[in-house]
Amino acid sequence: MKRLPWWLRDLIYGAIFIAVLIGASYGMDAIHIAGIAYYQRIVVLMGINIILAVSLNIINGHAGQFSLGHAGFMAIGAYFAAFLTYFYFAPYVNRFPAGTEQWVLQNALLLVAVLLGGALAALAGYLVGLPSLRLRGDYLAIVTLGFGEIIRVVILNIDKIGAARGFTGIPNWANFFWVYLFCGITILISWRLVQSSVGRAFLAIREDEIAAEAMGVDATKYKVKAFIIGSFMAGVSGGLFAHFMMYLNPDMFRFLRSFEVVVMVVLGGLGSISGSIVAAIILTYLPEGLRLAKPFLHIEKDPRMVIYSIMLIVLMLTRPQGLLGRRELWQVLKRRKDAPKEEPDAAARN
Amino acid sequence: MQAFLQNLLNGIAVGAIYALIALGYTMVYGILKLINFAHGDVFMLGSFVGYYAGRFAIAHMQDTSGTWTSWFVAGAIMLLAMMTCGLFGYLNERIAYRPLRNAPRIASLITAIGVSFFLEYGGQFVFGPDPKFFPELVEKHVLQFGGITTTNYQLIVLVVAIIFMAILQYIVYGTKFGRAMRAVSFSYESASLMGIPTDRIISLTFVLGSALAAVAGILQGLSYPKIDPLMGILPGLKAFVAAVLGGIGNVPGAVVGGLLIGVIESFVSGSRFSNFTPAIAFVILIGILLFRPSGLFGKYEAEKV
Repeated sequence: MKRLPWWLRDLIYGAIFIAVLIGASYGMDAIHIAGIAYYQRIVVLMGINIILAVSLNIINGHAGQFSLGHAGFMAIGAYFAAFLTYFYFAPYVNRFPAGTEQWVLQNALLLVAVLLGGALAALAGYLVGLPSLRLRGDYLAIVTLGFGEIIRVVILNIDKIGAARGFTGIPNWANFFWVYLFCGITILISWRLVQSSVGRAFLAIREDEIAAEAMGVDATKYKVKAFIIGSFMAGVSGGLFAHFMMYLNPDMFRFLRSFEVVVMVVLGGLGSISGSIVAAIILTYLPEGLRLAKPFLHIEKDPRMVIYSIMLIVLMLTRPQGLLGRRELWQVLKRRKDAPKEEPDAAARN
Repeated sequence: MQAFLQNLLNGIAVGAIYALIALGYTMVYGILKLINFAHGDVFMLGSFVGYYAGRFAIAHMQDTSGTWTSWFVAGAIMLLAMMTCGLFGYLNERIAYRPLRNAPRIASLITAIGVSFFLEYGGQFVFGPDPKFFPELVEKHVLQFGGITTTNYQLIVLVVAIIFMAILQYIVYGTKFGRAMRAVSFSYESASLMGIPTDRIISLTFVLGSALAAVAGILQGLSYPKIDPLMGILPGLKAFVAAVLGGIGNVPGAVVGGLLIGVIESFVSGSRFSNFTPAIAFVILIGILLFRPSGLFGKYEAEKV
């Protein structure tokens, strides 16, 4: 059988993916069980965390640059997208009568807002990526962390977007469909990136920057590139988050949020895309799932976050290389012969 | 002029606390190349030990305020906090970091974050999430010097911080243990080949750093009596910035960095940009690192292939 041309094949896969998403989102709306909204909400937040983890995995896992400022990029995307819809797009959309036209316009403008939020975050990522030309390892980590905090304090001082009161009244435009659509796009970009020459350059820089430069890889260019791509996706997830939660507060984007994402990436295995996804799902559900433990403990206070932190430590102690190491899920499941062996990471240890 | 001196004094008092925390960060980083994110929360733990011990002391003793007894009690409370935190530091290293010594470094960073979460959420669970008010361990006086208002607490903070920094300076540069510590921090492998018990040295470094954090916690409790389980996050972060600023791994650098951050913060909060105070430490950090990537006193190490 003759193989289909690549664009046709991609188109078919894309159409199937979108059809499945639409089906799933209708399916989720159709279920009417008491308390289901809570689980639907967790599923959407999972999707947002998957975008965050996979995008951070590009910076931390593939390019080996240690960034602790992902919440900052997310905040930029969230606030900028919310700013656009609240002040410009929503008043415009509301002029139309409710109906198909308004629905189409609303979703198109959501897309525009989210992408513009991502673009601004990418610009910030470019600016943060620049010092990474000079800084390495932990110094870069603390600079990105500081950058995230600076963003938070700046937002805290802009009165127009709510400052410390928080940004309320953002229209609820994002939903399961949009979040998982972008989830799919992020995973696709990340996967294609690893396969491409850019991804190879990332890996070379991660393994040994000096050797990579000696081989003619422009390390500076690729490091900045990793930051731009990763922060763009973080900004997109922020925009979706804003339109899903309908409320933003600078405290949502403290560095603890960045830590959470880093934990997802490392726990899943640095450089493993499916690992990031699995860890994002587990770590989003874990604090919620631990609520179920409370009735069995016969104590008044809720110990779920204590259990969560202990589980985190134990998981890391038992699997220091992450759940999947550097392999992808199917490589771990199938134990294929060509799967890379797990080796302790010599470069990261020193 | 008056405002200048006032800001300077306040800044130094805050900076001294940052410096004490930064010392723990810088020693641990120097020896293990690990950002011990839990360190800020050990500081919180020290504060809470002081809180409960102080309340116990006040409830079970006659009124001793104004007498020498209260100073002894305060000293004993500080010692208790140092011992508790030192023990915690030891256990922390033993359980969460030592098993990962040969694993990728990022793994121990994640356990550090895990321990930090454990202390924060555990603190909220055990102590309760609401703020507590640190008892006045010794009598508080307001002092006036030529227009500058201060309290004897600020002076106590300064004196105690200087004493402990001097002790640390002596330990690091004047004792056999300090020499072993510097050797391990210079090269882990060669130090262990030279017969230095590296594991024990690392444990003791953690104990030392955590004890200093406990001192900082008590001093913080005295000067800003509102304490809560999340109080360690921001000072911890700023202290880390201070350590990086001074050149991480460098003991005098951490002190200078801490004081510098405290003073600059105090001046900014006294100016019309006071809203941006929480961010200023990071702005300075980024500014400095762009021009001196290894911090103020850090040695720049050229990379060898």
